[in-house]
Amino acid sequence: MTNNAVVPLHDEQDVVRARQAVRIRMEELKFSLVDQTKMITAASELARNAVIHGGGGQMGIEVLVNGARTGVRLTFEDNGPGIADLALAMTDGWTSGGGLGMGLPGTKRLVNDFHIESAPGQGTRIVIARWK
Amino acid sequence: MERIPILRMGNCLLITIQVDMHDRLALALQDDLTAKIYATGAKGVLIDISALEIVDSFMGRMIANMSAMSTILDAQTIVVGMRPAVAITLVELGLELPGVQTALDVERGMHMLRSSLARKR
Amino acid sequence: MTTDAGSKIISARQDELLATWLRSLQSSGASTDRRSTVVQSEQEAREFVKLLAECTGDGYTADIGAPNWAPLRNFLEEFSRRRAAQGFAVEITASFIFSFKKALFEVLQTVLGSDPKNLAAQMWTWTEVIDNLGLHTISTYQQSREAVIRRQQDDLLELSTPVIKLWEGVLALPMIGTLDSSRTQVVMETLLQRIVDTGSSIAILDITGVPTVDTLVAQHLMKTVTAIRLMGADCIISGIRPQIAQTIVHLGIDLTGITTKANLADALALAMQRTSGVAAN
Repeated sequence: MTNNAVVPLHDEQDVVRARQAVRIRMEELKFSLVDQTKMITAASELARNAVIHGGGGQMGIEVLVNGARTGVRLTFEDNGPGIADLALAMTDGWTSGGGLGMGLPGTKRLVNDFHIESAPGQGTRIVIARWK
Repeated sequence: MERIPILRMGNCLLITIQVDMHDRLALALQDDLTAKIYATGAKGVLIDISALEIVDSFMGRMIANMSAMSTILDAQTIVVGMRPAVAITLVELGLELPGVQTALDVERGMHMLRSSLARKR
Repeated sequence: MTTDAGSKIISARQDELLATWLRSLQSSGASTDRRSTVVQSEQEAREFVKLLAECTGDGYTADIGAPNWAPLRNFLEEFSRRRAAQGFAVEITASFIFSFKKALFEVLQTVLGSDPKNLAAQMWTWTEVIDNLGLHTISTYQQSREAVIRRQQDDLLELSTPVIKLWEGVLALPMIGTLDSSRTQVVMETLLQRIVDTGSSIAILDITGVPTVDTLVAQHLMKTVTAIRLMGADCIISGIRPQIAQTIVHLGIDLTGITTKANLADALALAMQRTSGVAAN
């Protein structure tokens, strides 16, 4: 079983690496194909955000096996400018395919748990998780 | 940097995307595609994404953009082979790619293009 | 307290132990249940005693989580799963193990009768061991039963929403009963996969058998339709009841671009028209 890890996010190649890291662990835990696709896509979205909007950051992966529940948790952190209006960023419509915005509401729909902390000048921290 | 090959099939172009695309590769593809449509006078474009296991919002927008650009250059564009898990995920993300024509596979896509172009004459 | 002494006794007296145990199993009726033969029980008992002798000795303790207990743990897990699959109650499965204690203590008493302190220590150690093994068997049993239930739920789900090939290139999905969120999702995934597997270009979603639809389900249906389109196939919705038509409008759902037909027959007629149209060109 692959361990927990931290993947640096500084360029496009790192985004690809982040996806692969998530895939490996979800395959080992035997998540369904659809669940894997959703989680890896969510990771791709957030990793790209960290690189493009956050000035670079990192993704932490944790494999969670506690009793009956099995899951994967990802923590995205950057020291970028932070999100000025969090409520707006989490509203649909702001991001629909126009190329604007960070795709956060959509990403939230792809995962089971979604938690975000961000403020101007304080960077951004997003934690997502998917359970079997 | 590697570039994604664009094949010519009669008056149509076929692009098969098989790798995890990053920014520069995607932008290079857009450049190559539009240039080739212009150079060959192609009337149809097939974008085969059957090998893609993940299509995130960036990739989705790239595909939608390529489709739009080609259409402006008078080349009907069809995106083929989207996998079920990818389709489900894109819909959940809220990316419905309006205006992008789709087909199950290259064969059907080609068929659609030929019928459509035959009708136009 | 280690299991050495007891282990040597078990090794030396395997046959006697086995005989005593089988006798008590037979008299309690646990081995003559119609679901398992006497032969099967005897084989299982023999294997258990053999493994018990092998897995103990040389300073090992009653902590059955330790690596030396692995062969016995695996045997018990197999045993438990088999019983769960055969439909045995958990009590009967567990009592198979617990009943071994009586046989073991009879033998221990025979050997260590003149040394009460040692006898007591051994009985205590082995009580712990057998109890732990019994509990392990029970928890494996529970997990197996839960897995069986989950499989049955999935089978039910599949049976209640079959994807049917109506014609070359045309699939139909008659949805019946009330739809809930998770069921609709499973159904959607199955349908999409079948579209790819069969190379069908038209999918008919027939909701004649669906009395009501709530916001969540309506959204799921719309997502299914969109996903089908993204994949390159077309979707026709048939059998919309008056009630649902009203719900759709009240919810502000936009059905432009989605073909709807009153019933499955009309939908099929349209589907055949479309597919033959493609073939003719």
